[in-house]
Amino acid sequence: MVEIPSGSAGAIPSAEVEDVELYHPKSWWTKYVFSQDAKIIAVQYSLTAIAIGLVALVLSWLMRLQLAFPGYFAFIDADHYYQFITMHGMIMVIYLLTALFLGGFGNYLIPLMVGARDMVFPYANMLSYWIYLLAVLILAAGFFAPGGPTGAGWTLYPPQAVLSGTPGGKDWGILLMLSSLIVFIIGFTMGGLNYVVTVLQGRARGMTLMRMPLTVWGIFTATVMALLAFPALFVACVMMLFDRLLGTSFFMPAIVEMGEQLQHGGGSPILFQHLFWFFGHPEVYIVALPAFGIVSDLISTHARKNIFGYRMMVWAIVVIGALSFIVWAHHMYVSGMNPAFGFFFATTTLIIAVPTAIKVYNWVLTLWRGDIHLTLPMLFALAFIVTFVNGGLTGLFLGNVVVDVPLSDTMFVVAHFHMVMGVAPILVIFGAICHWYPKVTGRMLNETLGQIHFWTTFLGTYAIFFPMHYLGLLGVPRRYFEMGETAFVPPSAHTLNIFITVMALIVGAAQMVFLFNLVWSLFRGREAGGNPWRATTLEWQTPQTPPAHGNWGKELPVVYRWAYDYSVPGAAEDFIPQTAPADGGITREVPA
Amino acid sequence: MAVVLILVLIVVGSVLFHVLSPWWWTPIASNWTYIDSTLVITFWITGIVFVAVVSFMAYCVFRFRHKPGSQAAYEPENRRLEWLLASGTAVGVAAMLAPGLVVWNQFITVPDDAVPVEVVSQQWLWSFRLPGADGKLGRAETRDVSPENPLGLNKNDASGLDDVIIEGGELHLPVGKPVRILLRSVDVLHDFYVPEFRAKMDMIPGMITYFWFTPTRTGSFEILCAELCGIGHAQMRGTVVVEEAADYQTWLGQQQTFTQLMASGEPRPAN
Repeated sequence: MVEIPSGSAGAIPSAEVEDVELYHPKSWWTKYVFSQDAKIIAVQYSLTAIAIGLVALVLSWLMRLQLAFPGYFAFIDADHYYQFITMHGMIMVIYLLTALFLGGFGNYLIPLMVGARDMVFPYANMLSYWIYLLAVLILAAGFFAPGGPTGAGWTLYPPQAVLSGTPGGKDWGILLMLSSLIVFIIGFTMGGLNYVVTVLQGRARGMTLMRMPLTVWGIFTATVMALLAFPALFVACVMMLFDRLLGTSFFMPAIVEMGEQLQHGGGSPILFQHLFWFFGHPEVYIVALPAFGIVSDLISTHARKNIFGYRMMVWAIVVIGALSFIVWAHHMYVSGMNPAFGFFFATTTLIIAVPTAIKVYNWVLTLWRGDIHLTLPMLFALAFIVTFVNGGLTGLFLGNVVVDVPLSDTMFVVAHFHMVMGVAPILVIFGAICHWYPKVTGRMLNETLGQIHFWTTFLGTYAIFFPMHYLGLLGVPRRYFEMGETAFVPPSAHTLNIFITVMALIVGAAQMVFLFNLVWSLFRGREAGGNPWRATTLEWQTPQTPPAHGNWGKELPVVYRWAYDYSVPGAAEDFIPQTAPADGGITREVPA
Repeated sequence: MAVVLILVLIVVGSVLFHVLSPWWWTPIASNWTYIDSTLVITFWITGIVFVAVVSFMAYCVFRFRHKPGSQAAYEPENRRLEWLLASGTAVGVAAMLAPGLVVWNQFITVPDDAVPVEVVSQQWLWSFRLPGADGKLGRAETRDVSPENPLGLNKNDASGLDDVIIEGGELHLPVGKPVRILLRSVDVLHDFYVPEFRAKMDMIPGMITYFWFTPTRTGSFEILCAELCGIGHAQMRGTVVVEEAADYQTWLGQQQTFTQLMASGEPRPAN
């Protein structure tokens, strides 16, 4: 970090970085395919994540068709149904959300927003993407393998995940899933170290940590968490592979399977659950924190107002990140672990609600006395708040150990986590794409198509998941291929299932509008210019749009102020870029 | 303005849906009314917060949406307000957590007079074991499971010889008597779940898990499996019948003990 003498007047000379430091592409292949430019890698990550996400979207249609019209579609049998839910869950959580937020937005935004030329290890960054692609291909290979993909549920709980009563348990399915996760984690680690080191070491002169936009804070904290959490999943996957292939018994006690004594003994299935959720709970925030950060910047920019309580927002991100490592067993209240753990984990879980609530308050207080432009990014931000508040509040039911007992393993849980870590982050992704698309492509997205997509997605997903909580209250369990005749489930619940399925089909179709918009606007969109939203942060101050390799031309930017100087009293315009020198030298990190 | 209207409609619609929805929990059949009460407290607190936050947001959009010439205020921080909101939230959270922990303590503290009842799960069948005249369940292990001895009882443990064994049938329980449900699985994870009892717990091969409750009304209730256990998960059903003590004794007298089961030598029916 560069020391800045306080009180020095006028502009500070920027640090010049010699051009030779970056590897400049020499051919089409090294420019667009095996590229070491974080911006190209970001686009590669994003397109791959969206492509595999579309597969998961189609899987959700198929499972919803089965729930609404059981028995009507002959090709959806129990095997397929469980394979669909498993692959849908794993793809959405890991291969779409994690990859898109960190690999996609992280790669594009970190170097630009902190004023670096690129990630600090461009070659490892390139490898990270190609290894991620390999992981996606291994995962997708499950669909074509004998026996199909695994149907163990995305949590992959042993022993059933490796036994014959589960699709793919004794075939290729579970092997491909575990291998794909291992490869993904290797690839992610290469990218993740890059993001962390770039934030810590690659910032432009004047860009102190407490001047970074919240987007960078969110992605940075999430990456640190991912680097600490993924190893737990890594070892769990390796141990399960050993159990399945080498006959070890890490997770396998004595078992009688279909009348036959297996050769395992002494292992602990619940050990896997602890390892899985030690990764799995931070994973929720690995997805949520980048969304928190990005949405803060969307709200601030489009309400033309500084984010309210910046320092509190930074600390809330850090505190949430830290606390999320000591709440994992709230996924295991009825797992059979020592019930005394319930006291501890319920307490930590509900404590985490406080910094999370602070973030929500600060978002809506940023709107207060703002100058709210209802642009697409702002609409998505508003929709995010509604969805996130709803999903966050139902988390207080499930986190409070005794309330969780009747609700766990029911559709209430499905509704909750889709609201809070499915729909809410996806809404931020859409908002973020609308916000940064002009920087990436130089053109604006089509507003009409954007509005159609926004309203269908926002209201449609709310109509899907809000009523679903009530099926769970009624007692309908999750992961049921069909309810069959169950005395306590009235026919009206079935009608609700049909309604939810119809909405899911509509919302899914609306995503095609969005994809069409992405392609159409690339050629026909309005020219954006360098800074269409009149935003303060560094990525909008690049000499070219889209930014060239190396981002900044000859001179690196120098940062004089925090990222939120919107509507400063007395200023000529309603925004002051971070690069604008202040009268009398450096401004304070956070204005009083 | 459409945005404001829709935000308001979401608030009103959600509240109306909650009030008018025909989907609500099943009539309770156990002592765990406290769980229901804690849930209702949580609904009130979270409901109020949801309505307040979204309404406030709708008001902000209504009042501060962009008009030509309007400018946003400049207020980076407000320490007092931030701490006030944080403390208010902490109080609300405590109001939900405290009763929750008190009820959890009851949930995990089994009364001394609770009668042990064992539930044994396998893909995809429920079996049950009740103590015989000695009031004790004998030892059992997965290693001892065989076609003749489907629940894997230890033949050398005398306290197990009079245990009543019910394979794949109905479990009967006397009304008003606390029971300690001991859960055992011989293959994969399962979860003993009767919505009307509110309580549920996973069953783990290699471990014995438990919960307790007191059935409070007679009737026949469906047992579901609530932990994914393979392709037969949704079909893994059973029945609990809660009845008066006299009826229960009659039923109990008709069931087979472990000794009788061994003597009959019949291999167990295929599932």
